Amino acid sequence: MSQRDQQNPARPLSPHLQIWRWGPHMLVSILHRATGDGMALVGLPLLVWWLGAIASGPEAYATFQSVMGSPLGMLVLVGVSWAFFQHMTSGLRHFVLDIGAGYELDINRMWSVAAPIIGILLTAAFWAAVLLK
Amino acid sequence: MGNGTPIGRVRGLGTAHEGAHHWMQQRFTAIGNLVLMSYLVVSFALLGDFGHASVLKWLTSPIAATAIILLVISVFWHARLGLQVLVEDYMVDAGTKFGLTALLNLAFIGGGAFAIFSVVSIAFGGKA
Ligand code: HEM
Ligand code: HEM
Repeated sequence: MSQRDQQNPARPLSPHLQIWRWGPHMLVSILHRATGDGMALVGLPLLVWWLGAIASGPEAYATFQSVMGSPLGMLVLVGVSWAFFQHMTSGLRHFVLDIGAGYELDINRMWSVAAPIIGILLTAAFWAAVLLK
Repeated sequence: MGNGTPIGRVRGLGTAHEGAHHWMQQRFTAIGNLVLMSYLVVSFALLGDFGHASVLKWLTSPIAATAIILLVISVFWHARLGLQVLVEDYMVDAGTKFGLTALLNLAFIGGGAFAIFSVVSIAFGGKA
């Protein structure tokens, strides 16, 4: 039984995600959670596999490279890197809001719009740097 | 629970029953993540060649090995806290919550230990 039920079954539930009107603030909010959880569930197992494969020697590493170098693997890597840069920009936004700044409506909206754009630009810059090196 | 003052009556009633400590840990590890992930991202960009010999050479340097061990600690801790919030928010049943939290701890301590052991064995030249 949930906490809510134990306390007072008559307490109402609020409408959830699907009922809210989409806007930039709501988008960065839910993206922060989705990218954080995505990295935790997909990115960290990949990191563990990568480190384990390096430690296990060239053959194990070759398996890792052939899987992650495939088109599907590259898609996952690009996805994880985007998740990181998105989570980083929305996380930095969290830091600003945590110190009590940036709540003015226009400024708050401006950074909600900017965060995903900066996230995509950083992802593109990262892959350009990796591939052009 | 408290003594009938308004704050006393609501304290501890959130999904997690406590929070400020968790919240602070999430911030401290987030700062660690910011520094250490930036190091990893820049290293990736400078590496260019992702062949075994190349990554091995990079990871045997003391600075890279230390940074990646710290990264594993900071990021795993942060992600473990983050997933706990997810479980607390969306899992209503107390038993499910307990089971998933236990599973999270096993997965994160196990995965983290393996990752750190891997870096140490690379740095100490286990299998070149
Ligand atoms: C579209 C609108 C919504 C978005 C984008 C959203 C997103 C999020 C995110 C990202 C978090 C976790 C991070 C944080 O605390 O900032 C969160 C927490 C939470 N949300 Fe929402 N949410 C929305 C609407 C709602 C609604 C309608 C409810 C009520 C049922 C709700 C209930 C909660 C609760 C209880 C938490 C946990 C707060 C805490 O313990 O810190 N959310 N939401
Ligand atoms: C630049 C580095 C990072 C920064 C600045 C950062 C910042 C943050 C902050 C401030 C929160 C708390 C949000 C809240 O209280 O609502 C958070 C949540 C979270 N982070 Fe990070 N983080 C970083 C990297 C990472 C990485 C690398 C991972 C995963 C591997 C990760 C996974 C998570 C998860 C799962 C959550 C919980 C999301 C939620 O349910 O609301 N973070 N991050």
